[in-house]
Amino acid sequence: MLADKDRIFTNVYGFQPWNLPAAQKRGDWDATKNLMAIGQDAIIDKIKASGLRGRGGAGFPTGMKWSFMPKEPRADRPNFLVINADESEPGSCKDREIIRHDPHKLIEGALIAGYAMRARAAYIYIRGEYIREAEVLFAAVKEAYAAGLIGKNASKSGYDFDVFVHRGAGAYICGEETAMLESLEGKKGQPRLKPPFPAGAGLYGCPTTVNNVESIAVVPTILRRGPEWFASFGNEGNKGTKLFQISGHVNKPVVVEEAMSISFRELIEKHCGGIRGGWDNLLAVIPGGSSVPLVPAEQIMDCPMDFDGLKAVGSGLGTAAVIVMDKSTDIVRAISRLSYFYKHESCGQCTPCREGTGWMWRVMERMRTGDADISEIDTLYQVTKQVEGHTICALGDAAAWPIQGLIKHFRPEMERRIVERNGSGEAPMMEAAE
Amino acid sequence: MPKLTVDGIEVEVPAGATVLQACEAAGKEIPRFCYHERLSIAGNCRMCLVEVKPGPPKPQASCALPAGDGQEIRTDSPMVKAAREGVMEFLLINHPLDCPICDQGGECDLQDQSVAYGKGHSRYTENKRAVTEKYMGPIIKTIMTRCIQCTRCVRFGEEVAGVEDIGAIYRGENMQITTYLEKAFKSELSGNTVDLCPVGALTHKPVAFEYRPWELRKHLSIDVMDAVGTNIRLDSRGRQVMRVLPRINEDVNEEWAHDKTRYHVDALVRRRLDKPFVRVKGKLVEASWDEAFDAVAKAAKKARSSVAAIAGDLLDCETMFAAKKLVQSLGSNLLEGRQTGMAYDVTNLGSVAFNTTIAEIENADAILLVGTNLRWEAPLINTRVRKAIKKGAKVFAIGPEIDLTYKVQWLGNDLGLLGKMPSEVSEVIEAAKAPVLILGPGALKDGHGPALAVAGSFMRDGWNGFNVVHTAAARMGGLMLGYAQKGGIADVITADPKLTFFLGADEVDFSAFAGSFKVYIGHHGDKGAHHADVILPAAAYSEKPGTYVNLEGRVQRADRAVFAPGDAREDWTILRALSDKLGKALLFDSFEQLRAAMAAEVPELGQEGLVRYAWAPPKLPAKAKGPVNYPIADFYLTNAICRASETMQRCSAELVHGEEFAEAAE
Repeated sequence: MLADKDRIFTNVYGFQPWNLPAAQKRGDWDATKNLMAIGQDAIIDKIKASGLRGRGGAGFPTGMKWSFMPKEPRADRPNFLVINADESEPGSCKDREIIRHDPHKLIEGALIAGYAMRARAAYIYIRGEYIREAEVLFAAVKEAYAAGLIGKNASKSGYDFDVFVHRGAGAYICGEETAMLESLEGKKGQPRLKPPFPAGAGLYGCPTTVNNVESIAVVPTILRRGPEWFASFGNEGNKGTKLFQISGHVNKPVVVEEAMSISFRELIEKHCGGIRGGWDNLLAVIPGGSSVPLVPAEQIMDCPMDFDGLKAVGSGLGTAAVIVMDKSTDIVRAISRLSYFYKHESCGQCTPCREGTGWMWRVMERMRTGDADISEIDTLYQVTKQVEGHTICALGDAAAWPIQGLIKHFRPEMERRIVERNGSGEAPMMEAAE
Repeated sequence: MPKLTVDGIEVEVPAGATVLQACEAAGKEIPRFCYHERLSIAGNCRMCLVEVKPGPPKPQASCALPAGDGQEIRTDSPMVKAAREGVMEFLLINHPLDCPICDQGGECDLQDQSVAYGKGHSRYTENKRAVTEKYMGPIIKTIMTRCIQCTRCVRFGEEVAGVEDIGAIYRGENMQITTYLEKAFKSELSGNTVDLCPVGALTHKPVAFEYRPWELRKHLSIDVMDAVGTNIRLDSRGRQVMRVLPRINEDVNEEWAHDKTRYHVDALVRRRLDKPFVRVKGKLVEASWDEAFDAVAKAAKKARSSVAAIAGDLLDCETMFAAKKLVQSLGSNLLEGRQTGMAYDVTNLGSVAFNTTIAEIENADAILLVGTNLRWEAPLINTRVRKAIKKGAKVFAIGPEIDLTYKVQWLGNDLGLLGKMPSEVSEVIEAAKAPVLILGPGALKDGHGPALAVAGSFMRDGWNGFNVVHTAAARMGGLMLGYAQKGGIADVITADPKLTFFLGADEVDFSAFAGSFKVYIGHHGDKGAHHADVILPAAAYSEKPGTYVNLEGRVQRADRAVFAPGDAREDWTILRALSDKLGKALLFDSFEQLRAAMAAEVPELGQEGLVRYAWAPPKLPAKAKGPVNYPIADFYLTNAICRASETMQRCSAELVHGEEFAEAAE
């Protein structure tokens, strides 16, 4: 269990005020100038050494991502840092806690990260529904400007750096990095084709790095306490601490910072007071937010909660939004609800996702009631395969994976419903439409 | 120059090419819907997926993927086949499959590609999506349920037309293509979106449900609606031209055509002159050809050599040549084609031609527009200017401020500015590698001299940046054939001819010819026919072969698509027969002989291709001041054919004059 002294987010529950004096008491903005003084490449090297992997879901090494940015940006093509606070993944709620209770960690991180990647400014794109959180963020940025921490000669480092906060309008797809750039530019939030990658041509055509809130907010602490400290947590390749968000059928749902690679059982026992109705009552877990496949109880119980450990059981860490489902759950309905979410949030730009998400949801709804043919389970699986990997962005994959996970692990349950409703499970004779 | 293999075939493609282009270079067909050579890459239909090594183990959109050295592309692997079948199935699940009642049927990309790459059956048993029709103006009919959201029309509007009226609203499977607030798509080029649409979502409204593509016979022709000389295809059924489609000609129109070119065709069967008429006691009465010819012969006898010919805007060179020979045989040389009274020096045709050539405008880096509303006078040159701007060209303009669909630095409406250009403009022009001056018809009369005086600063080594825009398809041909008096039509009026042939000329001030016996040889009952003493019904451009010279001096030939209606005849046969009656028989008995005689007199007209006029500008008074007016008041009603067209009248009323039309509920 992570010791209190090793916690990065010391105000994640909001027991203290979020404002600048309180944040400074917690150690934020403490000699930020000195952190920057080691030089831009040294910062990137330290982040690389810390083993920090992107906290937005894909788990791409953060330091490496920063190193893709041009080292000497042209005056007419400045570098930009975009911070993804469009936290819309069902189950995820970590960025919200950071922003409303510890916004200065994010702003300080933005300055350091922006400095390291030679960015002119940072844009924080915050989810439209986070109204109070946006208010806090606006106020915190204002505080930081007033205190000279950002802006011209930010924190007296001699580096000019601006932070802009931009509110989204409530579209899940705008959390996709290139769709976010489109949205920031004032266009319809639709993902761009890659290549070119944002590091080559991103916001307004300029080199851009898009990072998750948590990835940026942990940076100052990593630099203060050293990359070795951060790398001392977690298994190889999955270093550091992480905010886990446990929801669903546990006794005490919670957002908690823990070391990576903690086992699922330990995570639940230590922080959530166990599974509702005991461990025998556990049905399945979606370990990383709605877009990763579910994992049945027996496989997840002792699985290490990290990128590689969950990959080994056919799922992923995603944003570490752990959705726990006990045996009272209508699992088909749960996944069908997720399918509806993806159908609703598909941007409609590319064909497989636009047409496929609706199709999948409609079949899933019939699977829920059993009003289907057993052969349709295979058809559904094929449709998910036709969507997966054929789309511009990862939303197609995200829509396909939960259903694939369901079919993989709960096919007997789906068949049972069909047989129960249709008797034999044979398709009723269809009448041709005239 | 990356080298890669496509299905084992090694190809080398230019740097910057895409995988799709590499596949085409290897002779492999890649199905596609959203990709179009002339538009930006969207990559959203996902039909062009191919397998690429090295790369992720999933198919990649070939239209957006740069070709790289050493790539191994597979277009025939099971993965690619499955991907295509999958995407095709998705495209079809919400498509209405109403091909039997769809105007696109027979020339539909979705139809063709579903046969070639689809599965042949559907597993989709849910309800299909339906989308309400969207109003897009008098040209575009929409059946949006058929839309596959390829966004070609959206990109065309943004990138080529420069009118950002079309866009997508809503998201996911509810995404819909529509115009802003469902108002008309206000572009002169709107019809091109119908060609671009790979399915039947956008179809031609004026000819909805009138034909099926396989019923049509195709004829190559040249557009006469403006002086650009758009290469077109006339599709006819029976004796009627059903539609006009652009042909690809990179030097002229790329593959676009403007709405006037496309949709005037309904007028080719309306308000036609299909019988000779003779004015008896002030009234035009139907007559036989003999009676009409007799009336002309009688007038000719009286007139002796006091004869003139005024050429209209839509004429082919052969007609003008035959009329010229006839008038000359009667002892006169009073020939004029600039009907509206325009007069400018034509001693050197280079000084009134579009010397830079249309295609080269793209490469210009500084453009000065003088009194030209390119959007209406030559929409397809306007698109080239837009392209030049995308490459970084600066555009300045003298004239009344209008919306040209791109950003222009307006210098003011005073021709005097030509003589004393603001220093920041002249600096840009001086520093430019390929500067261009485009002189419009509005400024030609007073601005010709001053423009020629500054033409020197638009010359570079191997680059002539002096351009004149004409609006009549017959203009350059007419000037080459000598249809120009020194003082323009005023000289003809002063000469007071007793007999005047109006060859499809409808824009003339006929009151000035009150004392003349007026013979109208033309095809539409417009102003010219109203004032005529004798009407000899002739063929429209679609009903005769002909030679046309566009504003660059590009000689192009058109074929006959259909025969003229009723008693109407091809123009040259009328003139030939008339010459017999007048006792001055012309020396050609066939169209071939006529062409040969014309080529003997003006060799440039003997073969197709660009005529390079010598550049020897005359010295003209270089002082001018005062404002410019654009001569075209209404883009959609510029000639007798357009004015007879219901579609063009509707376009004019709605798009120019802002009238609102109630749509009938279906």
